Amino acid sequence: MSLITARRASQVFFTALFLWFCAAATLGERFSELSGWPVNLFLELDPLVALATLLSTHTLYRGLLWALLTVCVTILLGRVFCGWVCPFGAMHQFVGWLGMRGRSLPARLEKNRFLPAQNLKVLVLAFFLAAAALGPAGGGSLWAGLLDPICLAQRSVNLALLPFLERLGVAARGEPRLAQGALAIAAVFLAALLLNLHRPRFFCRFLCPLGALLGLIGRFALLRIGRTAEACSGCGLCERACEGACAPTGRIRTPECVVCLNCLADCRHGAIALATRPSAGGEIPLPDPGRRAVLAALVSGAALVPLGRVGGSTAAAWSPSLVRPPGALAEEEFLARCIRCGQCMRVCPTHVIQPAGLEEGFEALWTPKLDFRAGRSGCQHTCIACGHLCPTAAIRPLRLEERLGTAEFAGRGPLRIGCAFVDRGRCLPWAMDRPCIVCQENCPVSPKAIFTRAVYPPVRMEEPLRVGEAGGERIGLAAGRLEAGRFATGDYFVQLASGRRIRIRGHGEREIELSAAIPDTELPAAGSALEIAIRLQQPYVDPRRCIGCGVCEHECPVLGKRAIRVTAENESRHPRHRMTL
Amino acid sequence: MRPADPLNRREFLRRAAGAGLGIALAGGLSGLAFDPEGPAGLPREEAKTGLPDFSLPGTAGRLAIARGAERRETLGLALRALGGIESFVRPGDRVLIKVNAAFASPPILSATTHPDLVFELVRLCFAAGAAAVVVTDNPINDPASCFALSGIGPAARRAGAALVLPSEGLFTPVSLAGGSLIRNWPVLTGPLAGVTRLIGVAPVKDHHRSGASMTLKNWYGLLGGRRNLFHQDVHRLIAELAVLVRPTLVVLDGTTAMMTNGPTGGSLSDLRETRTLIAGTDPVAVDACGAELLGKRPEDLPFLGAAERAGAGTVDFRRLAPAEVSA
Repeated sequence: MSLITARRASQVFFTALFLWFCAAATLGERFSELSGWPVNLFLELDPLVALATLLSTHTLYRGLLWALLTVCVTILLGRVFCGWVCPFGAMHQFVGWLGMRGRSLPARLEKNRFLPAQNLKVLVLAFFLAAAALGPAGGGSLWAGLLDPICLAQRSVNLALLPFLERLGVAARGEPRLAQGALAIAAVFLAALLLNLHRPRFFCRFLCPLGALLGLIGRFALLRIGRTAEACSGCGLCERACEGACAPTGRIRTPECVVCLNCLADCRHGAIALATRPSAGGEIPLPDPGRRAVLAALVSGAALVPLGRVGGSTAAAWSPSLVRPPGALAEEEFLARCIRCGQCMRVCPTHVIQPAGLEEGFEALWTPKLDFRAGRSGCQHTCIACGHLCPTAAIRPLRLEERLGTAEFAGRGPLRIGCAFVDRGRCLPWAMDRPCIVCQENCPVSPKAIFTRAVYPPVRMEEPLRVGEAGGERIGLAAGRLEAGRFATGDYFVQLASGRRIRIRGHGEREIELSAAIPDTELPAAGSALEIAIRLQQPYVDPRRCIGCGVCEHECPVLGKRAIRVTAENESRHPRHRMTL
Repeated sequence: MRPADPLNRREFLRRAAGAGLGIALAGGLSGLAFDPEGPAGLPREEAKTGLPDFSLPGTAGRLAIARGAERRETLGLALRALGGIESFVRPGDRVLIKVNAAFASPPILSATTHPDLVFELVRLCFAAGAAAVVVTDNPINDPASCFALSGIGPAARRAGAALVLPSEGLFTPVSLAGGSLIRNWPVLTGPLAGVTRLIGVAPVKDHHRSGASMTLKNWYGLLGGRRNLFHQDVHRLIAELAVLVRPTLVVLDGTTAMMTNGPTGGSLSDLRETRTLIAGTDPVAVDACGAELLGKRPEDLPFLGAAERAGAGTVDFRRLAPAEVSA
């Protein structure tokens, strides 16, 4: 097997593995579900995720230690991760190959020429690392997740590609899930891929912050591509399919080389070698974006987080509609970790976790947000899947006892992610004289956080009712008419002057049948006004019990803007969002 | 420069034919697609009316109350008192068991039909010669999680029954003759195809809106669509369900009753050991009897009276001379 075949096999294998892990990040014990698959592997192998969270939190969380493996391999062999492992890189390479088919040699050489703009990715890296390192509260913010290739690919597959396939009927389990903002996420993904038609590996060469980082780490790689002194005819064929545009003909730019080994295969003179000795043509071991540009990137990156928060998004002007998953850290610590990979959204069994759009501000873009209309239900209060999948602990792995507030957590009570509020202007029993309380029925905690108080307001009648003959369980009407069947629902009562109410069992147009006899002493006088009352159970929320799961909001029959809605008030993660004593 | 050639006859004919064809095509297509009315409003699709009657002649008004803590035992006792499962399931019958699997909640919380009961009932049906037994429900939470967590799915499969999870194709619009709420409403009719016997199995639960959730309220789980709306007239809806769905047999499990915080429950403190299992062919009577376990009178549950007046059964269950048996 030639090295090229091995590299291609490796790329296909890792891309397939990546896609498989995305699909398998589904709750369940079947082979195709989360039955022990290391579904975070690629995110954890990503040294940019590790380094950025290290800068923002000064810790290396759990599986992120795997990045050390990538770092070591890169130190020894250069950017083999880019050329052999990275699934996004493989996709770029494939699209780039499509774009180069049928092109002449001079055109290919031109497309694979090194361009100084390739230094841009170093600036991107510097910008994101500075943003990660510096923020008002010490740690910064993980904006890096927006362009990190693994995060970008994972997010795109999780939140756009797989939901899209489900919609087409592929591998759907029940109703296809809704995925908010899938179009924008897919647009970024497709744009990155289509740019390869302009130049192969466009994203990798010009934008990828991870590639830039690996280029720096590989500075002292033991084995590297280079020219041997003898035999080179200067034909330039080695750049025919050079993925990194690293100029192996001249002074090779080692930080650009993705170890695709195409030059090795294309050279007809045996003048290219993967060797320990330096290239005979000379080497440029470091990228050269220019000191000033790096400084500018660092300064602007450092300014990004404080500037983004001038509006107070993490302080007084926090967004109440940004309900975070259970276990999410306080907002600043959360943003210091969240890489927007979409794993929590992928695994959520009710799909209630959705990517936030720009409505929550730039900094929250594509971070997880609970959307109780888009989900299949609210946040299941006995589920802790998201925190256990989160690769960076932006959502902390909870124990069920902690979420429920049992065992040693009994003193603290259950974890709250928000609080439900009844919109009395939209709620049917509050505003429309209609019984309902679907919210109360579905409230999953015990005792229920939603309770009701019954009221018996008089029913609005088109014409006043007057009593004719009354006795026993019957009241005849002297004036007024009853609409057929309207008051026989079990929710209507005759209101007697004594204060007693008797349920209406049935009625005709001019006669009412009651479910119990009227005491003789309380019989309404002939000609007196007759009042019909409706029993309405009006919902209230007990903030001590409400955990903000949003099942009530999901089930509310007022479908457009729900009559009971959860906002982030009273969420446990922020003592300063506390609402009640 | 030579002046352009004048139009010759051949070229003229070619162009004329092309132009004629183009105009004819455009005109023809326009004619075919021409719509002087504009779109109509909502289509008035007439629903099929009602569901088959699964009650068996000669078994009307049978009621048995079995006391005991062991469900499989009390079920056996109650059925024996009703004349044995053989009087309801004959060899070759295809049985549909409608459980209450509304919530993704473990059996210990009694918010769903107990898996032991499902297992035993399926087993008895097969023992009586049933050709097939199907278990179904359209739960409130995610169906797969509900059947898995409630233990109903595994129990049904273990006993050899087929499990049918709701999906869009299994619902068809149904209208109840004389009904005012169940009009053109999607009902889970798919699992009913080819079925000759229908058995409802439900737990006894508190329900804040309707007063109680028992065998009649259990038919709610056959409804699809925006069924939440029915909460606005829940008693009439349950009464209509009682007329729409005529089962062969219903089993009401009051071994453990959910006294408070229903219908979700969520805590053991919501439950009380009431050690009673009621079975019968009259769901109204069965529920009226079950209401006592919750400390309620039939008058507290207007849907019972409404169902009786609609001809679906008898509220005064004592009139049916229930057989009382103890484990």
